[in-house]
Amino acid sequence: MSGGLGRVVRSGVGRRRVQTVVMALTTLLAVTASVLAVGLLVASSAPFADAFERQHGAHLTAQFDAAKVTADQLAATRQADGVTEAAGPFPTVELAPTIVKSAQNVPVGIDLPAATIVGRPDLGTGLDRLELTAGRYATGPGEIVWAGSEAPFSVGDQLRYEDAPGAPTLTIVGLARSVGRTSAAWALPATVTALTPTGKGGFQMVYRLAKSATDADVTAGRNTIAATVPDGAMQGAASYLTVKFNTEKVAATFAPFVTAFGVLGLVMSVLIIGIVVSGAVGSATRRIGILKALGYSPVQVVRAYVMQALIPAAIGALIGVPLGNLAAVPILNDEGEAFGTGVHTVDWWVSVAVPLAALAAVALTAFVPALRAGRLRTVDALAVGRTPSLGRGRRARHVLGRLPLPRPMSLGLANPFTRPGRSATIAAAVALGALGVTFGVGLAMSVGAVQTALNKRTAGDVEVYAGRPPTPGEPKSGSVREPDLAAIEAAIRAQPGTGKYFASSYAEATVAGLTGTTEIVEFEGDSSWAAYEMIAGRWFAAPGEVVVPSAFLDAAGVKVGDTLTVSGNGRSTKVTIVGEALDLSSDGRRLIADARTFDGLDLPGTRGGKQFEILVKDGTDLAQYTKGLEAALGDNGHAEVNVAEISDTVVAMDTLAGTLTLMLVAVAGLGVLNTVVLDTRERVHELGVFKALGMGPRQTVAMVLTSVAGIGLVAGIVGVPAGIALHDWVLPRMATAAGTRFPQHIIEVYSPSVLTPLAFGGLVIALAGALLPAGWAARTSTARALRTE
Amino acid sequence: MTESGVLIAFDDVTKQYEGGTAALDGLSLRVRRGEALAVLGPSGSGKSTLLNLIAGLDRPTSGTVTVDGVRVDRLSEAASAQYRRTRIGMVFQFFNLLDDLTVLDNVLLPAQLSGTARGPALKRGQELLEYLGVARHAKAFPGRLSGGERQRVAVARALMNRPPLLLADEPTGALDTASGQEVRRLLTELNRDGQTLLLVTHDLALAEACATRTISLVDGRLATGVAA
Repeated sequence: MSGGLGRVVRSGVGRRRVQTVVMALTTLLAVTASVLAVGLLVASSAPFADAFERQHGAHLTAQFDAAKVTADQLAATRQADGVTEAAGPFPTVELAPTIVKSAQNVPVGIDLPAATIVGRPDLGTGLDRLELTAGRYATGPGEIVWAGSEAPFSVGDQLRYEDAPGAPTLTIVGLARSVGRTSAAWALPATVTALTPTGKGGFQMVYRLAKSATDADVTAGRNTIAATVPDGAMQGAASYLTVKFNTEKVAATFAPFVTAFGVLGLVMSVLIIGIVVSGAVGSATRRIGILKALGYSPVQVVRAYVMQALIPAAIGALIGVPLGNLAAVPILNDEGEAFGTGVHTVDWWVSVAVPLAALAAVALTAFVPALRAGRLRTVDALAVGRTPSLGRGRRARHVLGRLPLPRPMSLGLANPFTRPGRSATIAAAVALGALGVTFGVGLAMSVGAVQTALNKRTAGDVEVYAGRPPTPGEPKSGSVREPDLAAIEAAIRAQPGTGKYFASSYAEATVAGLTGTTEIVEFEGDSSWAAYEMIAGRWFAAPGEVVVPSAFLDAAGVKVGDTLTVSGNGRSTKVTIVGEALDLSSDGRRLIADARTFDGLDLPGTRGGKQFEILVKDGTDLAQYTKGLEAALGDNGHAEVNVAEISDTVVAMDTLAGTLTLMLVAVAGLGVLNTVVLDTRERVHELGVFKALGMGPRQTVAMVLTSVAGIGLVAGIVGVPAGIALHDWVLPRMATAAGTRFPQHIIEVYSPSVLTPLAFGGLVIALAGALLPAGWAARTSTARALRTE
Repeated sequence: MTESGVLIAFDDVTKQYEGGTAALDGLSLRVRRGEALAVLGPSGSGKSTLLNLIAGLDRPTSGTVTVDGVRVDRLSEAASAQYRRTRIGMVFQFFNLLDDLTVLDNVLLPAQLSGTARGPALKRGQELLEYLGVARHAKAFPGRLSGGERQRVAVARALMNRPPLLLADEPTGALDTASGQEVRRLLTELNRDGQTLLLVTHDLALAEACATRTISLVDGRLATGVAA
């Protein structure tokens, strides 16, 4: 760029500080939200994909019954149609460990749920390579390696396997990670064989499939393999897609709404920059004429005006890129940690491509008015100066002047008609702001409603947990005494203030049609007052009825009203699904039912022991009640006031949505400010005339404010339904990404009491944006304004 | 204290702009009710500054400006606006009519800013247009009118709120000879009907035709030999 042109650009940027700030901020918003959105979309799958590639993960992990199939028969499955690679067979055994020694305050003597141990000679070099995260791999008997994500263990902890021959104690010598989560623990094959009770052994095979992109592909591969082994030999098979979905779902849940904000930001950016550059050209017509009279070519004028938009936009983009990256860190962090990729950030190319795309949009937007400037005839530019073209808005002024309104207000209301193009653009920007507010408010309300719905899973005012963890300093050796459940119930019943109560506990069973085990939530007592949030159907009312989360229905391919076979301890029972509940725990793979449903199965308990939910009578002092109950429970359990949970994800969503909404509103407001500044400058002479005729400061402010009030009101009324539509489009997609569906009341959050203030959102944005220039207009010197041509 | 019969009182008024010389330098002046004072002087003599100070568009650096008993130099912005609405009417060289308002709407503007009810305002506006001979243009836009007609509309607008003082800044400066004569005649008639006038002009013919008294300013002071 020539020195002269550079000076023109610099002076243009410096002179129009408001416009420069507005352009920088709009681009900042667009780039921040877009980097975050694109980054999340791309990066949400990156940690799993990276780890899957690095560890050469398996598409399918199959468990076989050693009593029904031989190792040779399993080795032959490598040749099955669609199998491209396989590893195994590895001996397996499923055993429940008891804590003997723990470095992490896990109570010694606690029985943990049964977990599969796979016998592998080493970490492996081919399919499903294990990655050590601590310690080393097992090299001899008595040594075991645990999956770091499966339990709170440290290297050096000891576990006793009571059900294994000789009840051996094994030492954890390492922690490892399998990308497909193919097992909870690993040991040498000989160790696993030694641990296996007679007739309880199994084999594991891991496969890569030629087609693995969809659930149907993996299921087809599974069926082909199952067909090559004796009937019933395949006990279960797990798809890598399930693990992938569960690990990516947090980022995937954020992606729909962040994408919506990104698109809004980009559209807003284009609109505002269009207004700003058009305004700059319009208000500097005489300057353009002078530049051209001095010898600047049309191309140089176009370049000068495009650069005046690009410089602040580039500053905004430069700040927006790190902001977008920073905002992505907490969202992607968990995922990165799960796969040992550390703090995961947005891909570098996103940080390059997004700002470049934004700047290209800015350049294109600025190019149109800049071209108009370049094509202006010098003589016309010098003659026209900055006087707005006449004739527009006359009818509006005439008609609105007849309204029973103070004249400054009717003059203000008519003002947008003198620059209809600019008014339409700023109306669109305000509408986008109102849309953003409506969307953001609705999102926060829906997310809050989801949290409230999820909190229904612990409905009691007070919760009692059976058993008591060791207090600091308490010896960790020896067994913890089993809590006396009857005594707990008696204490609850006897406690003054107790209203209703029930108990819940967790168990595991297998469900026909689903691979692996499924968590069972068993309720004892009347839980009708504590139903989970229902999406469809109803809460269970009798033994034999179950409620399941959406993810369960999807995974099992069943619907409300269907019957399932639940098995455990070699026995089975049939249950009927009577309801679909909102429940994201255990990846939604659970059955919720009256405990009597599973009486015949004698299912083993899993995590956490028994928990009581108590609804106290009206007027009961919760703190006093809990204190009294705690004393009555003694060592059998402990009582806590139920404090509503607020998940980190909800907080992160609220924070992000709030920040993006505020940025959107700020940019819309700045767009209004910029437009009113332009209008005020263009009409400064007219303003002088009004003031000379006696228009007071308040009347001037009223006129300027009403010049945007109409736009704001109309834009707000347009923006609100658009925001609702966006919200209603995004929410179900967030639900799908989280592995559930939302009941209608979580989506339909816009009550009249919410809509009424939202309808005025556009008006508020417009008035807030116009307030500052209205003050400037009121303070403008009348004598100077009258002198201005 | 208001002097009997005096509408405008300038007492030792100095107006100095930043970094410049004094536009007005210790000027003292009296204009009586019913008078038509023409202020003459070359460019930069302080004529416009004098007008701005009387209109409350600017404040003196020192001295006092009193119009119709109101200390104009002390008024707040809001009070200045109120003062302009009720006590003065202004006519400009380039008319300063609003091109996207009809003639009648232009004339009604001061009344509307004062909050006058629409009915009486309309009646007064139509009377003025009639009186000034431009009633047939009431629904036209100013751009269609001749210079003289536009200045008549501007005068109608200035008189809308029945101000005791009419200020005219080069009212014939942008007009051809015929239109200029038309305006001179109008202003003379207005003064004859009792309207106090203060004309700032280069136009000696205007001053001779309309003014009951003429003063000249030179470098912000009254030219010697002129009575204040």
